[in-house]
Amino acid sequence: MSLLPAVVALGDDALVLGQRLSEWCGKAPLLEEEMAMANTALDFLGRARLYYGYANTLGGRDEDGYTFHRDAREYTNLLLFELPGADFAAATARQFLVDAFDELHSAELANSADATLADIGAKVHKEATYHRCHSAAWMVRLGDGTDESRRRMQQALEDVWGYRQELFVNAPAEQPLVEQGILPDRAELRAAWQEAVATTLAEATLTVPAASWAVKGGRQGIHTEHLGVMLAELQHLSRSHPGAKW
Amino acid sequence: MAAASDEFQARIDREERIEPQDWMPEGYRRTLVRQISQHAHSEVIGMQPEGGWISRAPSLERKVILLAKVQDEGGHGLYLYGAAETLGVSRDELIDAMHTGKAKYSSIFNYPALTWADVGAIGWLVDSAAIVNQVPLQRCSYGPYARAMMRICKEESFHQRQGYDIMLALARGSAAQREMAQDALNRWWWPTLMMFGPSDADSIHSSQSFAWKIKRYGNDELRQKFIDQAVPQAEVLGLKIPDDDLQWDAATGHYRIGAIDWDEFQQVVSGNGPCSRQRLAHHRQVQEDGAWVREAVAVHAAKHRAGSDGPKAAARNSDTAQEGRADAAV
Repeated sequence: MSLLPAVVALGDDALVLGQRLSEWCGKAPLLEEEMAMANTALDFLGRARLYYGYANTLGGRDEDGYTFHRDAREYTNLLLFELPGADFAAATARQFLVDAFDELHSAELANSADATLADIGAKVHKEATYHRCHSAAWMVRLGDGTDESRRRMQQALEDVWGYRQELFVNAPAEQPLVEQGILPDRAELRAAWQEAVATTLAEATLTVPAASWAVKGGRQGIHTEHLGVMLAELQHLSRSHPGAKW
Repeated sequence: MAAASDEFQARIDREERIEPQDWMPEGYRRTLVRQISQHAHSEVIGMQPEGGWISRAPSLERKVILLAKVQDEGGHGLYLYGAAETLGVSRDELIDAMHTGKAKYSSIFNYPALTWADVGAIGWLVDSAAIVNQVPLQRCSYGPYARAMMRICKEESFHQRQGYDIMLALARGSAAQREMAQDALNRWWWPTLMMFGPSDADSIHSSQSFAWKIKRYGNDELRQKFIDQAVPQAEVLGLKIPDDDLQWDAATGHYRIGAIDWDEFQQVVSGNGPCSRQRLAHHRQVQEDGAWVREAVAVHAAKHRAGSDGPKAAARNSDTAQEGRADAAV
């Protein structure tokens, strides 16, 4: 019975990060990276459409209903995905942590007892593996670049670090699905994630943050203040013309 | 030298492609650098007016399509910078020239994209005009430019269709949506006509470009071709072209238009368009914000030159990579 909210939550993760990445269009530090960030954004938005599409077949709304006609309190994405990431260091650090997680999570999702989720997992795994290669390469390049770039990357890691904890928590609605083999057990992904992240950070000459702080609330709709502002921009046109077709 | 110049012209007259390693007159090289870099800058600056609407696109499908489209434009910028680099200038030099006002970009992008319908109008009108301009460039005498244009033209036709599709949805939509579409056409029509440049009689670059087969059709001829395509398309949309003098001329088989405001064009081309300062300031700001990243990439690559990682920036200064980039662009 809890499959629908679990699927929507995965869609929300993908949507808000797709939106954040698309905000980089025209702002990337290199034209080549402009292309890459748009590709990644398109992959995340594509994922959101897959999850929302599946949610629709489970009796939920259509993709635009989920995207444009819910307020921030109804969004259930994890906080890490909605952070602004407004400078390239913050965007890169967040992306790397997400990609390292998605690579592990999607590999497990591909074995889901639910055939549709298994298909989505297999597709996401291909993308996430590539994304992780790309963002890990940036971590290394910027960590092991200039003094300034290392300082910026270390700071960005420290600033985002407390948001990683939510990745490894199964929400109450998800727990039964974990037990049925429909969703991966997030808690079990933690050790492999820590190892993967530590390996890249070592190569990047960056330090794994020592901080133990943790922020949570995304799956319960308790967000950062940033999400409401993002949704105001994302939704205003659609909501200004109720019922219009575009 | 006269002999080399004669032989060069003879090759052009035989419709042979000129390649980067071939001898060419300095004026030919300069003309191409000017034109190709202007074209590259137009693609990159052109990302701004539409790119500003990605975050606000009214449906998820439109958002994805628009993002992919604007991404294509960045890709066109890359091919074109690559083509320009085959003529011995670096991307950084070209961008500096734009920032200092020495190099131009298309005047059309100095107008603001105020509503969602503007995204449709830009795709429909501006991309249509670009296609009309660019199709003949696929036969330009300079090989790397001609080949870049082949790829670009294919993608532009998709862009044009997505723009027209947005306009069609608006034209069939609510009264407010139809009004939005008409308003966008009103504001984009005349600036689009100006994209083709001044009348041939007043164009300073035309005659030598014809002889070199960089250019094959006159500005007025291309403008007319665009008008003849766009007027019936507007009729299908049920929108009115904002020109009371517009009429069908059965004798010539063309639409005749009213007078273009060339004073406005001169103002915009001179850097006084409604968004001229904003567009350049944005581009400069992005370059400044990204400077630490590009510097780190270069330093990292230098540290690991023996290794296989950190390709881009190390590549920037090496001759072999310049060649590699040129190949990639053609």
